[in-house]
Amino acid sequence: MNQTLHPKTAAPAPASAKYYEFKPYNVGRVVVWGGFALVLILAPLIFSGGLAHSMLSQMGIAIVACLSYNILLGQGGMLSFGHSVYTGLGAFVAVHGLNRIAGGMPIPVSLIPLVGGLAGVFFAVLLGFVTTRKSGTTFAMITLGIGELVHSMALMIPEFFGGEAGVSANRVVGQSVMGITFGPQIQVYYLLAIYAFICTAAMYAFTRTPLGRMLNAVRDNAERVEFIGYNTERVRYISFIIAGFFAGIAGGMYALNFEIATAEVVGAGQSGAYLLFTFLGGATFFFGPIIGAILMVVAFVLLSEFTKAWLLYLGLIFTFMVMYAPGGIASLIMMNLRVAKFGKLRLVWTSYLALAGTALIMLIGAAAMIEMVYHLQLATATEPTLKFLGVTLNATSLDSWFGAALVTLVGLGMFEATRRQFARQWGEIQAEIEKEIRRREAL
Amino acid sequence: MEFFTISMLNGLSYGLLLFMLSSGLTLIFSMMGVLNFAHASFYMVGAYVAYSIARIVGFWPGLILAPLVVGALGALFERFCLRRTHKFGHVPELLITFGLSYVLVELVQLIWGRTAVEFAPPVALQGPAFTLVNSSVDGLSVVWGAASPAMCQAADAAVRIVCSPFPATRGFMMFVALLMLLGLWLMLTRTRIGLVIQSALTHPEMVESLGHNVPRVFMLVFGAGSGLAGLAGVIGGSTFVTEPAMAATVGSIIFVVVVVGGMGSLAGAFLASILIGVMQTFSIAVDQSLLGLLGKLGVSGAGLASSSFLNLTLSQVAPILPYLLLVLILIFRPKGLLGTREG
Repeated sequence: MNQTLHPKTAAPAPASAKYYEFKPYNVGRVVVWGGFALVLILAPLIFSGGLAHSMLSQMGIAIVACLSYNILLGQGGMLSFGHSVYTGLGAFVAVHGLNRIAGGMPIPVSLIPLVGGLAGVFFAVLLGFVTTRKSGTTFAMITLGIGELVHSMALMIPEFFGGEAGVSANRVVGQSVMGITFGPQIQVYYLLAIYAFICTAAMYAFTRTPLGRMLNAVRDNAERVEFIGYNTERVRYISFIIAGFFAGIAGGMYALNFEIATAEVVGAGQSGAYLLFTFLGGATFFFGPIIGAILMVVAFVLLSEFTKAWLLYLGLIFTFMVMYAPGGIASLIMMNLRVAKFGKLRLVWTSYLALAGTALIMLIGAAAMIEMVYHLQLATATEPTLKFLGVTLNATSLDSWFGAALVTLVGLGMFEATRRQFARQWGEIQAEIEKEIRRREAL
Repeated sequence: MEFFTISMLNGLSYGLLLFMLSSGLTLIFSMMGVLNFAHASFYMVGAYVAYSIARIVGFWPGLILAPLVVGALGALFERFCLRRTHKFGHVPELLITFGLSYVLVELVQLIWGRTAVEFAPPVALQGPAFTLVNSSVDGLSVVWGAASPAMCQAADAAVRIVCSPFPATRGFMMFVALLMLLGLWLMLTRTRIGLVIQSALTHPEMVESLGHNVPRVFMLVFGAGSGLAGLAGVIGGSTFVTEPAMAATVGSIIFVVVVVGGMGSLAGAFLASILIGVMQTFSIAVDQSLLGLLGKLGVSGAGLASSSFLNLTLSQVAPILPYLLLVLILIFRPKGLLGTREG
């Protein structure tokens, strides 16, 4: 599970790692996948209610989308700015498919995501031919251009894309099987959960195929792969098509969940979100994008309700993440797992508390100032006071500003002090672990 | 004829604006290998900063100061953010500029609001630079400044007179872009610092071992590139519209320019900028659809008349033409018009 993009950040498993294997079952694997399935089954029972079910369904969609994106970014090193082309076009085709079913075509509604997947394959075959000729920065620019091309065309061809209003459909069509009509959200959730589970398993299996391994090799050293005799362009192209397939499935799931597809779903904003959250979750590990997908839905649904400046916070978090933890949240988890494995987590957990506490103080102060600026900018007509975390702030008075600035500066100072101490401590622990590993190897 | 001239000049001025942006982008890319995703955001910030300065001290100081402010911002970003990610490789470097583009557009909305601000060019640049007067009797003539209404009105109905003004802001845009092009070329080829920059492009280690501070050169180049984007922003913002979406509208076009011209080729960027500028300006002015073209060729399109695809006029598809050009270039000449690098 640890394909290392950056050897520094990802913890390599020791070569002599013990794992429990009872033939023919790999217990660890069964536990992990069984747990994943259990979480998918139990989640809607624990988080009941309309909003929770809707969010869980969206998480299922986002998991497939982000994992398919990570085939490109994490495994292939292909930074795509146009992934929403494949999810979006998949969604459009799936919505049209739903409408065909309503018109009498004999396809079960539960297969609609596959229709989206086939559409994804079709467009990936078509457009991927151009995009995968290049890698690296040029690839990024081409995907950006193709994304813009498709987005602009979406508004030009209203027959297929439905213009500004988009295309809508009704998922409660066709024969109901065993009373399942896909009318209630919970039924849709379980269908999406099944798709999410199967797709996750399939994508994990893909990383273990020779092609998946070649894709890693192409990412790490394309020149050497060429010398061995592989065609790097073709490896990228085939992987791109596979990513397009899963992206299309995510689009089909989207169509089934929302019953509408507008030009927004092929837009650059959506592509940017996939990139952002896949990276935040951690592109270097297979499970990273799953974390990213959950965060994505939480951010889009909850954070955007909470504050109008959420994109700013998101951008700042992303920027800091790129600078200090380019492996994403997954790499942070794995690094701490390594520390825990060597029994040193108890040395650092107080530092974590201190870091979190001081960072929180700093964030509260900074957020208060940002919210005040936004308040002044957007609602100058009404009164200048606003509620922030239960405190009433007056955006025009000096007191609120002074207080917020003070809190920020105090938080910053304390955070920097704890960070320096933590950095030293962390370095020592890593050195000890390295020493321990070397000692064990020598045994 | 006057349609052609005015469209050509408009296209050239737009192309030169694109070049002001893509030159900085190309310079940064060829030097540091970083495609600055936030380049168009610096363009936007330039426009907004100049707008604020112009409200206090006037447009002309803003034209000088805003690029300096943006350049300083760019240099600071390079020093404190980009340099940290350098060791992680090119993808994180691109990602951090991507994150910056999010932050910048949100900050701009935070400070200046979500709607467009009124950033008007100074009085000296308002109105036309010259007017082409096409009379069916006297032929074509050029009048500096605005043509008097009397000249544009025919004395009798038989004489057809068309007046086509060319806005002074467009002229100014061309002037500044050409000045900048000249300045850039002189700096790169005739000065010591240009020599260091050029050598740091190809042999950074050698330059470093000769005692030059290559990271500082990188910072300066990044700052200068951002400053150029800021300068383009001052001019573009006052000519067109200053709004938070201006980064997104021009951003993807300049990436197309850089890829079409050939990654890292300044001359290629120039050629592609002009090409795309002229192409877009002309296509917007042409109101001809594929169906109409088929009709002219003698193919009867009665059965196809309902298809909106064939009914799209060239002016409607104008926004996607640069991207189509990008795809075609990649198929037939993958390294770009004047590019030398493969892959």
